[in-house]
Amino acid sequence: MGNLKHMKLVMAGLIFYVVVQVLSLTGVLNGYFMVIINRSLIAVIFAVSLNLINGITGQFSLGHMGFAAVGAYVSGTFTTLLFHLNPHHSLDYLGFLAAILVGGVAASVAGFLIGFPSLRLKGDYLAIVTLGFGEIIRTILNNIPYVGGPRGLLGIPKFSTFTVIFLFAFGTIVLIRNLVQSSIGRSMLSIRENELASELVGVDTTRYKVLGFVVGAFFAGIGGGLLGHLLQIAHPTQYGFYASALILIMVYVGGIGSLTGSIIAAFSLTFLTEGLRVGIDWLRDTAGVPIGTEWTMVIYAVLLILIMLFRTEGLMGMRESKILIIKEKQG
Amino acid sequence: MGSIFSPQQIVNGLQLGAIYALIALGYTMVYGIVRLINFAHGDFFMVGAYAAFGSFFMFNFFLPPGNGLAFIVLILAMAAGAAIAVITDHFAYKPLRYKPKLSSLVTAIGVSMLLEYLFSAIPAIGPSPRGFPEVLPKKMFHFAHVEISNYVIVDLAVAGALMIGLTFLIQRTALGRAMRAVSQDKDAAKLMGINVDRIISLTFLIGGAFAGAAGLLAGLTYPRIQPYMGILPGLKAFIAAVLGGIGSIPGAVLGAFIMGIAETCATAYNSLLGEGIAFVILIVVLLIRPSGIFGEKTADKI
Repeated sequence: MGNLKHMKLVMAGLIFYVVVQVLSLTGVLNGYFMVIINRSLIAVIFAVSLNLINGITGQFSLGHMGFAAVGAYVSGTFTTLLFHLNPHHSLDYLGFLAAILVGGVAASVAGFLIGFPSLRLKGDYLAIVTLGFGEIIRTILNNIPYVGGPRGLLGIPKFSTFTVIFLFAFGTIVLIRNLVQSSIGRSMLSIRENELASELVGVDTTRYKVLGFVVGAFFAGIGGGLLGHLLQIAHPTQYGFYASALILIMVYVGGIGSLTGSIIAAFSLTFLTEGLRVGIDWLRDTAGVPIGTEWTMVIYAVLLILIMLFRTEGLMGMRESKILIIKEKQG
Repeated sequence: MGSIFSPQQIVNGLQLGAIYALIALGYTMVYGIVRLINFAHGDFFMVGAYAAFGSFFMFNFFLPPGNGLAFIVLILAMAAGAAIAVITDHFAYKPLRYKPKLSSLVTAIGVSMLLEYLFSAIPAIGPSPRGFPEVLPKKMFHFAHVEISNYVIVDLAVAGALMIGLTFLIQRTALGRAMRAVSQDKDAAKLMGINVDRIISLTFLIGGAFAGAAGLLAGLTYPRIQPYMGILPGLKAFIAAVLGGIGSIPGAVLGAFIMGIAETCATAYNSLLGEGIAFVILIVVLLIRPSGIFGEKTADKI
């Protein structure tokens, strides 16, 4: 990437990577924090890709984690099989990378099948279809004994290290940024701003809506695959409405259309979730307050409503950090 | 139970359809007037079920289970559904009425999550399912090979009475005319001296009351309630409204009965198919006739 227009972003990524890696090796960040950081990075993949659908293209997907489930189960099954077929574990990493990509492709195929009928129409139908899709995926996974049914897919090999997750998250950010700031991205933005007007100036709206949706689903599948290989389990409940709603909150809190906002919100909310969990556990076990983890979601729901009522455009609004803006040549 | 399309399944389907119809009416009315998919509507139904649950135990001190008690419980469930709907509209939707459509949709999801998780977070309610009491003593009747409980009759009678009342309100009263006017053109209605905000509140009130009634009927018929019970019936009722043509009141009722019968018949064939049939119907409707059975094709005004 000798290209100058990527320099700032590459530098920022490199600094983040080196700092975390050094802190981790010197023991400042223990394993627990590294897990949270890894989960934050996966949340970044989810949030940025959902932002492409909901924020940039102006559609409304409610089942983002359904695509993540497809990615997690497909890639998890793939690597587990590979482990059994290939006891020498040669080329395991290549197999893992292939599995993650296969998971992403499977998710994007699912995205196409869902998106095509609903995206031909305007408006809110996609929300219902995707919400339904999330529920259906969960029901189907619960009913396939081969992938563990309600027990979940167990024993996925642990391949997702900080480096791997970081590279995928970074790649996702770069690719989606490039897409958004290309002519395709401008077509997508025009659909969000006014679908009818953009159709009238010759934008093939269905094509770009489906494209945005499929690309978003692809990265959700990648994220799901990474999550499966981090936690070594894929479980139907991990990918339910709760999980999709959390990603949705990240996108709207961060700011619809702002990748920077999504990245910041993914990190803050992942850490906040963990903090609230610790706090609630403490209140219940030490202070004896009868309080459950449900309060985390109550807080998030209130946060979402307040953001929508008082800062509809999210914390970052439409703004993008300078690091993420591709500089056009002057003149 | 015999074959998939046995009369027994049809009866069960009608019973389920009556409950879906009450929920679907709320969706379709609200959509018709403010063009918002009220995601929290399924949760109004859940609130109604819990209100019925609570009021049963309150009034069971004075009254034995029976028609009198059931009537009081029905009224209170409807009142709770109406109250939560009007409050939600006032605080969460009204401030966003003139902002982009998607922001109210997101807020609606926020309200839905808030209700679900708040109900499971409150220790007195809790996340685990509860058995619903027999507000009415259950009786079974036999007609030929079909078993019909008095609950089937109650479900259909309550739903039918409410629907007839609604039709009368909308077609024959000044208030109904105002509602129809607002759904056609808000600005023109305002110029005609109609208090649009009041009509919208009223729409939420009626929709919420119907959802509350459905909550009681569902608790009675499928005696298990929990804070997340509104999600799936809400979705299916919405799909029923889409099938009938969203915005159309007879469409919502017809769609709901089709949905109820399709679901019980599909479940008799295969439980997985029963869970998924609603979405199969939705996809087919979207592909073939997105405006639904009674829906009119609308063109955008430029």
